[in-house]
Amino acid sequence: MASPKTSLRTPLARVRGLGAAKTGTGHFIALRTLAVALVPLGLWFLWAVIAHAGAPYAEVAAFLAHPVNAGLMLLFVVTTLWHFRLGFEEVILDYVTHDGLKVAALLANTFFTAILAVASIFAILKLAL
Amino acid sequence: MADATASTRRPERPLSPHLQIYRWSVTMFSSVFHRATGIALGAGTLLVAWWLIAAAMGPAAYDDFTAVAGHWFGRLVLLGFTVTFLFHLLNGIRHIFWDSGLGFEKPTARFTGWLVVALTGLLTLAVWVAAYASMGKF
Repeated sequence: MASPKTSLRTPLARVRGLGAAKTGTGHFIALRTLAVALVPLGLWFLWAVIAHAGAPYAEVAAFLAHPVNAGLMLLFVVTTLWHFRLGFEEVILDYVTHDGLKVAALLANTFFTAILAVASIFAILKLAL
Repeated sequence: MADATASTRRPERPLSPHLQIYRWSVTMFSSVFHRATGIALGAGTLLVAWWLIAAAMGPAAYDDFTAVAGHWFGRLVLLGFTVTFLFHLLNGIRHIFWDSGLGFEKPTARFTGWLVVALTGLLTLAVWVAAYASMGKF
């Protein structure tokens, strides 16, 4: 990026879209959009767990195999992990000041959520298909 | 430095007050706890994944899961998970209102803070009563 003194771009144009994670307000909006989605999805998940607490295996497997439940569980898992990835990214950027550690933490955050998402999605599809 | 003048000596007071300096208030507690519960729920996604994977692997793996979840220590973890989940959900709704520019007045923010704390307690109790009822324990 050109230095502020030699650039013809306005400060606003330079700053737009460049937060600490280089995505600015997009990050803020995505985190909130996922949060709004998680209110009904989280309540549904809570109900699903309560209803199947201590239930026999066949009952749980049949519940998760139903297309509507499998779809809602996929939405819940993906939305939760995505929301967590963004939220934890905010925490890392706030508290980890060492550059190397910060990059390592950001990578670990992405890898952790990606692996858990794939594992959960695979499990749901195995039950449903 | 013994010979430093009063004007150059570092003032002996916290330059950047942090958590240990302030008197705790419900608004401060809910702000700190929102982050803490968010991080804890990240660990909670491991439990959700374990539950789903165990169900996908079959009856034996699922029985292992329910044995751990049903153990007194497993139940304690799940109780913590319930409190964490409900607090973050309820306080998250509070945050969504704030992001829309609503509820910033001090009395309102204090009231909704206590409301979140009270509802977290009540709903945790309700969830566990409902879960034990669905297990046929009542």
